[in-house]
Amino acid sequence: MTPSITLRVEHALPAEHRDRLLRLAREVELGPGTRLFEEGSDADRFWIVRDGTVALDLHVPGRRTPVIETLGTGDLVGWSWLFEPYVWQLGAQAVTRVRAYEFDAVAVRLMCDGDAEFGRDVCRWVGRVVSHRLNAARARLVDLYGATPAGGTS
Amino acid sequence: MTAVPVPYRVVERRRETADSVTLRLEPVGDALAEFAPGQFAMVHCFGRGEIPLSVSSVQATGGLAHTVRGVGAVSDGLCETRAGDVLGLRGPYGTGWELERARGRDVLVVAGGIGFAPLRPLILRALAEPEAYGRVSVVVGARTPADLISREELERWRTAYTGVTVDWPDTAWRGDVGVVTQVMGRAPFDPGDGWAFVCGPEPMIRATARDLAHLGVPPERIRVSLERNMRCATGHCGHCQLGPVLVCRDGPVVGWDMAEPLLSVREL
Repeated sequence: MTPSITLRVEHALPAEHRDRLLRLAREVELGPGTRLFEEGSDADRFWIVRDGTVALDLHVPGRRTPVIETLGTGDLVGWSWLFEPYVWQLGAQAVTRVRAYEFDAVAVRLMCDGDAEFGRDVCRWVGRVVSHRLNAARARLVDLYGATPAGGTS
Repeated sequence: MTAVPVPYRVVERRRETADSVTLRLEPVGDALAEFAPGQFAMVHCFGRGEIPLSVSSVQATGGLAHTVRGVGAVSDGLCETRAGDVLGLRGPYGTGWELERARGRDVLVVAGGIGFAPLRPLILRALAEPEAYGRVSVVVGARTPADLISREELERWRTAYTGVTVDWPDTAWRGDVGVVTQVMGRAPFDPGDGWAFVCGPEPMIRATARDLAHLGVPPERIRVSLERNMRCATGHCGHCQLGPVLVCRDGPVVGWDMAEPLLSVREL
C-alpha cells in the first residue's frame, strides 16, 4: 500500500508538471455542508484539499446516505473526471470549512492530451490514488478490528 | 519476578465498549515489580484460566489497569468481574515500548481497535514530558464509534495531532472514515528522525509499518507489538514461538526490522 502522503500532488508529480497543473487551479473556500458533487452527475471538476475535511458518500435508496471515506489535507477529491464516462461514482460534501484548489477537469484533460509526458504523470498520480483507496477499501472489507484478540498480546 | 500469581483486587471496573472493560487493580499484598509501558502480565481469572494482557495504565502506587475484550472463556470471565473481586497476576513480562529511545524526536502512535490500550501508558508518559520529545501525534482506528476506547481522553490530550477514524460511522459521527494509514499522513512527523509505535490487528500493523518504512522511517524505529498465544510467559513452553522469536520473552514489542520478515511468512 502506498502511503497517502506520497500521493499528494507535491510528492507525486515532478515540479514542472505540478506547477503546470497548479496554474490551472483556482482557490476556493467551501462552508460545512457544501455539496461538491453528486453521484451520477458530470465529473467536470476536481479538488485538492488544502485544509479541512471532505466526506465521500454513497446514495442508498431508503436509507440515510452513508459516508464511505473522508479526505483531508493534501488529498485529491475526485478521480472520475479522468476516466470515461466522466461521471461521479460517489457524492462529496464538505464536513468542515474546506479550503481547496479547484480544477477545471476538461482543461486538465486537454492538457494531458496535448502533452504526453504531462498526461502520463497525471495518469500515474491519479492511478496511484485509486490504487491506494482500493487497497484501503479491501482492508476494511476484512473487518480487521473484529478479529482482535482479548487485550493486546494473546 | 514470580511464577506464582500474586493477588490483585479489582478496585474499579469501567465499561469501555459493548465487549470490553478496563479493570483497575491494586495489590492485595506486595505489588509486582513496576511494569513498563508495553509489557504484559499473565492475568489469572480463578476458575477460568490465565491470559496475557498488556498494561493500559501503570500507577506509582503499584496499581495498574488492564483493558480486556471478551472473546473467550477467560476474557469473558475477566469482563464479568466486579469491584472487590480478586485476580492473580504474574509479571511483568516481555519487552516494553522503550519510549526513552525516542527522546528529543517526534513520536507517532498508531493504534487499531483494542490495540490502543497497550499504547495508552506510552502516550501518557510522552505527554507528561512535553519538553523531552518532539511532536507527539496519535492516530486511532476502530470499527465503529462505539468501539473506540478512551474517547474522552483522546479529545482531552494535548497532542500535536490526534486523528480518529472508523470503518463504519454512525449518523452522529463527524470524524474521519477510513483506515489509519489514510489518516496518519496528516500527522506532523519527521520520518527520517522520528519514532513510531504501532499496535493493533496484525494486518493493520503490517500495512502501517510498511507505509511508515516507505515514508523513510528506519525499520528499527518502527516499534510494533506482536500477538501470539502465550502460556508460560517465560520463554520455556514455546507456545508463542514465531520463527526464531519467543514473543513472550523477545517481544511482544519488537522493531519492524525483526517483525517484517516473520510476519510475511504464511506458515508463521
